[in-house]
Amino acid sequence: MTILDSKIPAGPLADKWANHKNTVGLVNPANRAKLDIILVGTGLAGAAAASTLGELGYNVKAFCFQDTPRRAHSVAAQGGINAAKNYKNDGDSIYRLFHDVIKGGDYRAREANVYRAAEVSNHTIDQLVAAGVPFAREYSGYLDNRSFGGVQVSRTFYARGQTGQQCLLGAYSGLIRQVAKGKVTMYPRRDMLEVVVVDGEARGIITRNLVTGEIERHSGHAVILATGGYGTIYYLSTLAVGSNATAAWAAHRKGALFANPSFVQIHPTSLPQLNDYQAKLTLMSESLRNDGRIWVPKEAGDKRHPNSIPEDERDYYLERRYPAFGNLVPRDVASRAAKERCDAGYGVGDTGLSVYLDFSGAIEKQGKKAIEAKYGNLFEMYNKLTDIDPYEDPMRIYPAGHYTMGGLWVDYNLMTTVPGLFSIGESNFSDHGANRLGAGSLMQCAGEGYFITPVAIGDYLSERIKTPRMPVDGPEFDAAERDARDRLDRLMAVNGKQTVTAFHKRLGRIMWDDCGMVRNEAGLEQALSSITELKEEFWSDVKVPGRQDRVNQELEKAVRVADFLELGQLMSRDALARKESCGAHFREESQTPEGEAQRIDSEYSYVAAWEYQGEGGEHVLHKEPLKFENVEIKERSYK
Amino acid sequence: MRIQLKIWRQETATHKGGFVTHVLDDVSREMSFLEMLDYLNTTLIERGEEPVVFEHDCREGICGCCSLYINGRPHGPGKETTTCELRMTKFADGDTIVIEPWRSKAFPVIRDLMVDRTALDQILQAGGFISANTGAAPEANSIPISKERSDEAFDAAVCIGCGSCTAACPNGSVMLFVAAKVSQLALLPQGQPEAKRRAWAMMAKADELGFGACSNTAACEAECPKGIDIGHIARLNRELFRGGFGSLATAAS
Ligand SMILES: Cc1cc2nc3c(=O)[nH]c(=O)nc-3n(C[C@H](O)[C@H](O)[C@H](O)COP(=O)(O)OP(=O)(O)OC[C@H]3O[C@@H](n4cnc5c(N)ncnc54)[C@H](O)[C@@H]3O)c2cc1C
Ligand code: FES
Repeated sequence: MTILDSKIPAGPLADKWANHKNTVGLVNPANRAKLDIILVGTGLAGAAAASTLGELGYNVKAFCFQDTPRRAHSVAAQGGINAAKNYKNDGDSIYRLFHDVIKGGDYRAREANVYRAAEVSNHTIDQLVAAGVPFAREYSGYLDNRSFGGVQVSRTFYARGQTGQQCLLGAYSGLIRQVAKGKVTMYPRRDMLEVVVVDGEARGIITRNLVTGEIERHSGHAVILATGGYGTIYYLSTLAVGSNATAAWAAHRKGALFANPSFVQIHPTSLPQLNDYQAKLTLMSESLRNDGRIWVPKEAGDKRHPNSIPEDERDYYLERRYPAFGNLVPRDVASRAAKERCDAGYGVGDTGLSVYLDFSGAIEKQGKKAIEAKYGNLFEMYNKLTDIDPYEDPMRIYPAGHYTMGGLWVDYNLMTTVPGLFSIGESNFSDHGANRLGAGSLMQCAGEGYFITPVAIGDYLSERIKTPRMPVDGPEFDAAERDARDRLDRLMAVNGKQTVTAFHKRLGRIMWDDCGMVRNEAGLEQALSSITELKEEFWSDVKVPGRQDRVNQELEKAVRVADFLELGQLMSRDALARKESCGAHFREESQTPEGEAQRIDSEYSYVAAWEYQGEGGEHVLHKEPLKFENVEIKERSYK
Repeated sequence: MRIQLKIWRQETATHKGGFVTHVLDDVSREMSFLEMLDYLNTTLIERGEEPVVFEHDCREGICGCCSLYINGRPHGPGKETTTCELRMTKFADGDTIVIEPWRSKAFPVIRDLMVDRTALDQILQAGGFISANTGAAPEANSIPISKERSDEAFDAAVCIGCGSCTAACPNGSVMLFVAAKVSQLALLPQGQPEAKRRAWAMMAKADELGFGACSNTAACEAECPKGIDIGHIARLNRELFRGGFGSLATAAS
């Protein structure tokens, strides 16, 4: 049985990281060149880590499934990145940022990790600016900040509506600089299929070359996963369609515990699904809620054009229910409120599954020009995708799967329960508890990549400087390659009738209905049995055309969906086991009389970390108790 | 809508490719262009044929994965639109649509509509960065940058690295791509120290990789899905000029 040791350093919260850095092991520069680090995933977290580890002199072998790191899903982040600079002099501080993240996560994150994330956030901004990231500036020439998602200070740095693109390109530029120097070797167009564990330590990976189909072996002294989130399990989500859980799931099969798998953030302001062909849902940035007002008609089924519905026949339900925060309530609250209205029959659009986000008031007050300056590119995007002009008519929005707070369990050193196997960025579970605040992920990804991973890796490798390079012909590599090949062969061999996508859509539907915004015991039980059936059907009727030794995008998808089917079961199990509501996890059985999420701290103040028990086996639950010594636990209220 | 598709099919880089015609009878106007291709692929798979390989990931115009020459234009009709943002409303019942991969010596076909664009990464590796080691960065607000300058740098920084500039150029030049990066970094004080070297190194790499020369046809600007201004090429030329002087001066001293 695995015992979870979070390895949180002793001492006062504010001193933990500094003390830790002062006491960890170091590797001297001459020895670093003898150490190989495998890094899977080169989004913001991975690219930041690759550049820094390369600068330090380690040999980094970096992998991604796109043709270049610059296309990683991080590129799509729109709204911003947080830091506790307090440039606005509005009372912000590292402690406040930490406090907001803990509260936003509904007291289900680890204090020490979150404090550290807040602590390094300021250096991240310095680093990105030095790398040439053109963050928004004021006329004075100093950096601008805005307020974002459920907080009362302005601490969000942004680059128009393309913050993720600019941050990723900044980190990527550091990475390619190390490629040029020969310190980072880039292996693009690779899918990681297996982790290789030798004598209890992660020493390599198995990949499939997506161009040639070759199954390849790579070894190193440590393996870092920075493979992003798995929100694509819902099929329709705001994520890039290639986002997947395969690498994390491979780690999980090799003994890495999976934490809080069911904690998924459903973003309130996405474009609604318009038809059955749709392959993804486009996010409309949360910043729109700063000026847009959300409403539905007061009368169910009111089919009039929105502009002909008079003011007193509109229900601005967020302002009604949450007068203090209004349209700016956190994401989970806004999402559930939209679902509640639509389920009750007040939704708009053909499907009845959307609500209005209206700028007419803001345009009247501030002028079209001002609104254009703030949201021009978003309005244009909306117009391109829907042919509706949001300057004239209200937008229609609906919640969509967006971010996975759950992920691989890691200790304070970002190491999973497999020694030498690290997980950073969205792929781990570490900082956001049961709900993530806006602009918090880029902060975590960059901070972990630039500043935390190098310390953690140095500490781990300091005890392995004499370990020779690992040849890739050992029995563990043989076995891992065989497992990978077997799975691919099995997928090809089914030769059934239904496309991979057909299965993915059905799985997505199950997850959305029963393990999405609102969950209950019966629904989750139902999801478990539906997924079990779907899994059987998948393995007996999926059709993967073509050959393995060619570019085969259907095979790539099949690998992902096969893993999603297993992960879907675990998510449902996790949601079932947590009988409280917290953050984005809303169990109908556990709500206040007003219909708000009701935490049960006496029973559920823990991280749920699940241990794999072989194919078809029942996962075992381990609990990491959460202690709050530096914040007062409160009911999360936005009224 | 009934749509006839003429699509370039090519099994591997070394196989001979050719156009194959596929007809779809019930394309919905609500589909995006890529959803139409998804639909084609579903049909092909269900018929026991191999789907068309094309690249995509974000499907919202920001990652630069999607490409495609559609009816002779990179990213198809529509100004400042990537293929993934293109909608079938731009087409009419009965249309024939010709879909090809990027055609450029520097971007060899991998399969069907998928090409190898690693040459773009290689150009950036030659100098498309600021050599700022982690840990060495000064406090972010210690160097104010005027809003105008920062905005101008941003206008260049929006490049998504899709390669349509090269694909559009009759000479297969990569000038706009190089210029966008050189310009972004040259406009920022942080990028100044390496500005000269950067411009020369990136251009030299582009030559080495077989990209063509720029003859100011401006086809790149017209087809850039992010609307990057050709004026950045002028700045690149200035940097090259300064860089040339600089290196001569260093050689003489
Ligand atoms: C539309 C949208 C907007 C967002 N806006 C914001 C925002 O404004 N602010 C904010 O803080 N956060 C935002 N987020 C969240 C944030 O963008 C992500 O959480 C973050 O970028 C994840 O970064 P990452 O480095 O962990 O992973 P990613 O950027 O997802 O990168 C994953 C990497 O892993 C590789 N990979 C994955 N699987 C495999 C495999 N099996 N084999 C090999 N390689 C693999 C990929 O190729 C890629 O390189 C947004 C998210 C979405 C969906
Ligand atoms: S798929 Fe990302 S830009 Fe088109």
